[in-house]
Amino acid sequence: MSIPAEIARRSSPLAAVRKVRMRDYPVIPLAILGIVTLVAIFANQLAPHNPEVGILTARFKPPFWQHGGSTEYLLGTDQLGRDVLSRLIFGARISMVVGFTAVIFAGALGTFLGILSGYLGGWVDQVVMRLTDTWLALPALTFAIFLAAIVGPSMWNIVIILGVTYWTRYARVIRGEVLALKEREFVRLAIVAGCSKWTIMRHHILPNVINSAIVLGSLMLGVVIIAEATLSFLGVGVPPPQPAWGLMLSDGKQGLMVGYWWLTVFPGLGIMLLVLSANLLGDWLRVKLDPQLRQL
Amino acid sequence: MSDYVTRQIDGGAPRSPPATAARAMPALLHLLHLPMTRFVVRRTAYALLSLFLLSLTIFFFVRVTGDPAMLLVEPGASPDDIAAIHHQFGLDRPLWVQYWLFMSSLFHGDLGQSFYYQTPVMGLYLSRLPNSIELAAAAMLFSLVIGIPAGILAAVNVGRFWDSIGKLFTLLGLSMPSFWVGLLMILLFSVYLGWLPSSGAGTPWHLIMPAFALGWYFAAAHMRLTRSSMLEVLGSEYIKLARIKGLPQTLVIAKHAFKNALIPVLTLAGINLVLMINVAVVVETVFAWPGIGRLLYEGIAFRDFPVVQGVVIMGGAMIVTVNLLIDIVYALIDPRIRLGS
Repeated sequence: MSIPAEIARRSSPLAAVRKVRMRDYPVIPLAILGIVTLVAIFANQLAPHNPEVGILTARFKPPFWQHGGSTEYLLGTDQLGRDVLSRLIFGARISMVVGFTAVIFAGALGTFLGILSGYLGGWVDQVVMRLTDTWLALPALTFAIFLAAIVGPSMWNIVIILGVTYWTRYARVIRGEVLALKEREFVRLAIVAGCSKWTIMRHHILPNVINSAIVLGSLMLGVVIIAEATLSFLGVGVPPPQPAWGLMLSDGKQGLMVGYWWLTVFPGLGIMLLVLSANLLGDWLRVKLDPQLRQL
Repeated sequence: MSDYVTRQIDGGAPRSPPATAARAMPALLHLLHLPMTRFVVRRTAYALLSLFLLSLTIFFFVRVTGDPAMLLVEPGASPDDIAAIHHQFGLDRPLWVQYWLFMSSLFHGDLGQSFYYQTPVMGLYLSRLPNSIELAAAAMLFSLVIGIPAGILAAVNVGRFWDSIGKLFTLLGLSMPSFWVGLLMILLFSVYLGWLPSSGAGTPWHLIMPAFALGWYFAAAHMRLTRSSMLEVLGSEYIKLARIKGLPQTLVIAKHAFKNALIPVLTLAGINLVLMINVAVVVETVFAWPGIGRLLYEGIAFRDFPVVQGVVIMGGAMIVTVNLLIDIVYALIDPRIRLGS
């Protein structure tokens, strides 16, 4: 191909589209996350039964393809005769809401402290980093359990607890990036131009670290969803009768030894698919958005 | 001193100078200026600060998020009862006095009295600790036995079949909650097949399922690190030299690469062993394993607050100490660490 033709080809508006080929996208994780998001949004329309009220005469019904099951309850019923499918559908909503809000909360807190610590330096840096070290020294999950046990179970408490438990990773990484950024020309020019520290942090530093924050957030999503399920499983998370997946697994223990497998398999499958997709998406984003984080 | 120096120059037997008190002082001061000593002192100070902040955080959270007395009394207790409890536990005193008492009893190894068992928390903790260590050791063994060979296999076959299998294993290990793995195993091996006991402790059979459920996540982490560490080593000059010399592939991998690639993995395993002891709460709950995780769960279930607090404090202290020790050992091995920071 001649050189002008090559230049014309590369600079055509279609070049960008050509560059991003279909196989570059993590299709399956995006599809799973998309489906779970839609299910979470339209839970009211999709669920065939009320997830919190059951019929006691219809307890422990197996899924429809097993002997004794019926198409009335596609995935069977639990120990209170509640429809497992409906609870799964509403559980998706709880997992998604808790997962996303906790990650955003932790991300906002960690990014804010990371920027403050990295840019201001001095005693602010010392205080924030010592705090981060202390936090990192604690087994995160045990600390979350401790907080949840004293604060008491509720969905929003869990969001706050997971937020204050998992902000440290953001603070560490973001601080490191800010340390490198603040030596760059554009930041020095901004200082020369008379921008206040606050303006520099907001308009010059923040936009440059937001990619890393997003990558970390996508990697944290899986961790946070498992943490929420764990807290609910232990009885310090989302309180009953709400249909959190961790809580469903905890309830399912009652039927485990007599072989009521659907109470254990389905909610766990939901958690696994969601976390798997989040992890795959996070890995993909890490490579795409932030080459520096590839080593993480 | 001059006497000592001359003897050294004359080639006489080197002998340390007589250690009088007057001469020991400058020596001590000199020691303080050594980079290694400075590093250890500073790092220990940070560790103590971490522990102090940890105790402050726990103390603060307990008092701010609610009245600890309310955890002790039945709902609807009279104000007099609550006041009595306040007085009994010193909750009516100023906060800093309470903190002082809390800290001084901590220093004496006193974690308070369990509400439920009516015995010291420290005793309960120590009686459960061996079980947790046993479970963690078994899970660690499992995670290394699977993780290291799988990591090597993946590194030697990058981008090929075994690497993909390894990736799948890692991904599942990181994506499946350990308690779900445990529940599925109970379903399969206890309920359907009847091969393994579903709960309790005592025989090696009891150990298999909890160790697997706890270890999978860590096996995934160890495999990842072994793979990347092996890849790094395999790309180094001395491996190339070994290959140019014509050594067979197995010898290069087993003798030259493996040993060096193992160092970071074993470091991580050391940290993870301590983590395993402290994060096994869900696995211990699923299998009714009588360790400290189970103790924590009982503490939550019985609203036995001193137990919950004690387990968290001991866990934090254990991890801070191990991190400190690892940093010091690393500084001893690698001069860049003690000089660099």
